[in-house]
Amino acid sequence: MTHQLRGKAAVVGIGTAGTGEAPGWSAIELLGQASLNAIEDAGLKLSDIDGLFCATSMHAFPTLSAAEYLGLKPRFFDGTNVGGSSFEAHLLHAALALDAGLCDAALVCYGSNQRTAGGKLASMSEKQLHETPYRPRHPITAYALAASRHMHVFGTTREMLAEVAVSARAWANLNPAAFARGPLTVADVLASRMVSDPLTVADCCLVTDGGAACVLVRADRARDLRQKPAYLLGAAGAQWHRAIANMPDLTVTAASDSGPRAFAMAGITPGDVQLAMLYDAFTINTILFLEDLGFCPKGEGGRFVQGGTIAPGGKLAVNTSGGGLSCVHPGMYGLFLIIEAVTQLRGAAGARQLASCDIALCHGNGGTLSSQVSAVLGSAATL
Amino acid sequence: MNEPASPGPEAEFRAHLRQGRFMLQRSRSTGRHVFYPRLMIPGSGETDLDWVPASGNGRIYAITVNRAREGAWNIAIVELEEGVRLLSRIEGVETAPIGARVRARIAEIDGAPELVFDLAEGTAP
Repeated sequence: MTHQLRGKAAVVGIGTAGTGEAPGWSAIELLGQASLNAIEDAGLKLSDIDGLFCATSMHAFPTLSAAEYLGLKPRFFDGTNVGGSSFEAHLLHAALALDAGLCDAALVCYGSNQRTAGGKLASMSEKQLHETPYRPRHPITAYALAASRHMHVFGTTREMLAEVAVSARAWANLNPAAFARGPLTVADVLASRMVSDPLTVADCCLVTDGGAACVLVRADRARDLRQKPAYLLGAAGAQWHRAIANMPDLTVTAASDSGPRAFAMAGITPGDVQLAMLYDAFTINTILFLEDLGFCPKGEGGRFVQGGTIAPGGKLAVNTSGGGLSCVHPGMYGLFLIIEAVTQLRGAAGARQLASCDIALCHGNGGTLSSQVSAVLGSAATL
Repeated sequence: MNEPASPGPEAEFRAHLRQGRFMLQRSRSTGRHVFYPRLMIPGSGETDLDWVPASGNGRIYAITVNRAREGAWNIAIVELEEGVRLLSRIEGVETAPIGARVRARIAEIDGAPELVFDLAEGTAP
């Protein structure tokens, strides 16, 4: 039976701003410019927006800051902050609010100038009582611990992790907007500076600036707007821990819960997904999510990615923008998954355009593998 | 809720550490231990928690070494015999294998007593 929310709302506008380096731009300006670009892309006016959804690493009250900057008086707003996965959650919350008639045009937006502001991950995160004394580096230590466990239990190797970075770079080389382009080999990754065993600097996402935004309306209105709509077919979130030591099993993320529920709402199986946008903050993420979302058996993610499976021309299109590893990663990357998925669904991805793309998965990750939110977008052909 | 007559579980845990004792909470009815200190067993909600001495024995569940200009230091997740896990470090070695047996010790970090671990006697590094 089809879920009542399936296909009820659609992304009708997308925009980015200052991706890469944006010297002289503040976070809220990047958020604002991306928002204007998304609204323009949708063919709407700023004054049409009456639903506001945002989260940043820099604003304690993100919807207040964004609404003031843009001059909006939103009828509905949601500043749920589950790290990088916030924006996949916002898609679901926006679809609910639109379906309930609580708003008519929803803006989801984000901005960060973390690269030019100092190059460190901006975080308002509170001190973790039972972690801070041991000087973990946030967030890489947590992901390195997960990688160590995966290698121990399943025989995953550094070469397999490196293959994820190499595949992402190969996609980035087809994307003129990607920040990190140029050749990258497994040997290059292995020879890179070790940061937190077993992760080298090349196993880590970029630190960039950037803003991103998207606009959603109800499906009936979406049909009349200028862009091909990307319908929200299903979405679900799951969260199992805050601090990495409290993750029930370091080799199994809550994506194993969010994914199946999102697929069920969408009425699809993993085999129907033509583009998997998986939040690749670190190379281990892609491997974990390929497993937990059902693209390969648990423990096989490392072997799955070997031989170019997720690179251009491979069996499964993953992170075709170049991902957080090679395209863009301004602190919280989740909205950029949506930007790329919508671009591919529209058939507007240029040299990296997939031959056939009607169903795209955006899988957001937040915290230290803590929050997982899966969202399935589809073209009109999937309704 | 009544006015708390005694400190919360976190403060009580810290007070034990300051007196040289590593204590864990255990549910009387289920025998389950919990860490970090809580008001209940998470999820199932039992509040019949007693403070009991921790065995101090555990195994390395996951480990990494952070590397920076100022040096290298490991961070490990240790699984105690009691079934709970905690973040800590393994002292005296750069790293150690997952599965290695370790033993808890109270050490001062930044002026406060904290738990650290040493490789257990007879464990090959």
